[in-house]
Amino acid sequence: MKFARSPILNQRLSPGRSRLVVLALLGSFILLAGRSFYLQVFQTDFLQKKGESRYERVIEISATRGRILDRHGDVLAISTPVKAVWAIPEDARLAPAQARQLAALLEMDVRELNRKLASEKDFVFLKRQIPPDVAEKVAALRIPGIHDQREYRRYYPSGDVMAHMLGFTGVEDAGQEGVELAMNNLLTGKPGSRRVIKDRRGQIVEDVESIHSPQEGRDVTLALDAKIQYLAHSQLKKALVEHKAKAGGVVVLDAKTGEVLALANAPTYNPNNRVRLVGAQLRNRAFTDTFEPGSTFKPFTAALALEKGKFRFDTPIDTSPGRLTIGSATIHDAHKHEMLTLAEVVQKSSNVGVAKVALSFQPDEMWQMFNSLGFGAPLKLGFPGEVGGRLRPAKSWRPIEQATMSYGHGISVTLMQMARAYLAFARDGDLIPVSLTRVDTPPRTGTPVFSGQTAREVRTMLEMAVQPGGTAPKAQIPGYRVAGKTGTAHKLDGGAYADKYVASFIGFAPASDPRLIVAVMIDEPSGTRYYGGDVAAPVFAEVMSGALRTLGVPQDLPLKPLIMAEAVKEGV
Amino acid sequence: MLRANLLLLLVAVICALSTVSANHRARKLVTEYEREQGRMRELDIEWGQLQIEQSTWANHGRIEQIARDRLGMRVPPPGQVVSLEAAR
Repeated sequence: MKFARSPILNQRLSPGRSRLVVLALLGSFILLAGRSFYLQVFQTDFLQKKGESRYERVIEISATRGRILDRHGDVLAISTPVKAVWAIPEDARLAPAQARQLAALLEMDVRELNRKLASEKDFVFLKRQIPPDVAEKVAALRIPGIHDQREYRRYYPSGDVMAHMLGFTGVEDAGQEGVELAMNNLLTGKPGSRRVIKDRRGQIVEDVESIHSPQEGRDVTLALDAKIQYLAHSQLKKALVEHKAKAGGVVVLDAKTGEVLALANAPTYNPNNRVRLVGAQLRNRAFTDTFEPGSTFKPFTAALALEKGKFRFDTPIDTSPGRLTIGSATIHDAHKHEMLTLAEVVQKSSNVGVAKVALSFQPDEMWQMFNSLGFGAPLKLGFPGEVGGRLRPAKSWRPIEQATMSYGHGISVTLMQMARAYLAFARDGDLIPVSLTRVDTPPRTGTPVFSGQTAREVRTMLEMAVQPGGTAPKAQIPGYRVAGKTGTAHKLDGGAYADKYVASFIGFAPASDPRLIVAVMIDEPSGTRYYGGDVAAPVFAEVMSGALRTLGVPQDLPLKPLIMAEAVKEGV
Repeated sequence: MLRANLLLLLVAVICALSTVSANHRARKLVTEYEREQGRMRELDIEWGQLQIEQSTWANHGRIEQIARDRLGMRVPPPGQVVSLEAAR
């Protein structure tokens, strides 16, 4: 039967009823439409956020600390992920067997583990910086309340060889010493975060937005040459044992670019394993320890004499009778000489001669020169604990002080300052800044300190000092012309000069066109010999010859049998 | 009129289905991308570890020791070194 023929349709109903139904239905529709309008339009932001929070996640993107590379790109320091195991003590209820197992994995004492887990805190680190495979084994134990998190550990493959140059980082991967601290800003990466949508299985299905883009730590390429550094380190170590010395330092500078090719200190430490570290090992002596330079300072006085035109290379100076009394104090020469030329004063390291030269100048003139060579102020390389040494204002100098300062007493410097000041001789009288990082475009000229003529003449004097008749024939290197100056300074001990010495040698080669400067300082050699020419010069020769060979610097001296004459003892 | 409507309906359905499948494919690609990114990070870590290993093996002290002790090498004495002029 068709619906249209249904008898019910023929019944007349009161129009009010059907209208009521229509109105009721219409009313419900309006209500529904209103509600949906309210939800869709007014509440939309809130609801959308609620919905997204059900499947949206913010994930951290970690950033690694940059590497430290040597000038050839060899890795000197690198970060690699490790794990830290931590616990929520309240949740961690360990059976004794579990505790033993965990303690064995973490290589710690069971009692210590239990003590940590008994802590009132909400969060305790059980052990940090453990290898990822150990952390996996810990996770496999499935002990409630024990968790791990990723962190980074810094490795120094070269170990103690460049410990002082590189420094080290703490557990938080922030620099604490050396280049790690000096260039921390560059090396540190900034972790970022981003918002993603994850599906039921935890897989990321949509990238919503990046909140902070992560910034990877930048790599730092040092000027350091790993080979030369190793050479400096091993030769220094050898010399320290041989001469029973307390400490020492070696600095190698590139005279053309001002780059620090090597910086070794002893005693040293292994940055990978820093238990039982003592302060003496940590000292970066080349930067943080000052010493009285002694005779290595004489060339500066000679340079001033040449520069001011009061003296010439061969101006005779009477040094007899080997002592000079100024006020109440007397200066001695270790060996008596008679008339010496200015060049011979430097060559034979005569205290009297150089003091006489110095006294012909105003204190202020000397101060000016010392200051322009960078003494008395830190080099500002950003190295932690870098000091500037002591250079008192010229007004307070007494004549005896002016005299002793001319041969490096009564003034204190760092080894790095000395090496840098010798740049003025190795170059043609100008100083360029010292750089820890690789310099790709070296400055052509620096700040002039001396004229080219003065620098060349001092170079000749320094070459004489290494030849027979000088104080350091042991600094000679076959095949190369070498120039340099020894220093042997009494150490100040409680305000008075003691029978302790600092032996040093600073020189450069090849003398015809200096390429490298090597500065060696040996603190308190207590063997039978303590002169710079005996203790420091051989280290210089070994490091210099090795470094020149490594760099392939052409030889500038036709080979001939070495003449090893007895060294002239310098003044102390 | 009716035919046109049916045609439009069909077009609409096809569009809707392709949106769904495109979305699905996009999500799959994102997942794959994330997986590859993770692999990249892992390889990066491995590379770092290999670099550590390499520089540990290439330690100058170790090389010197092997060269001296095991291979019996030594630095040539000065008389045996001949330096050649660089070709110009």
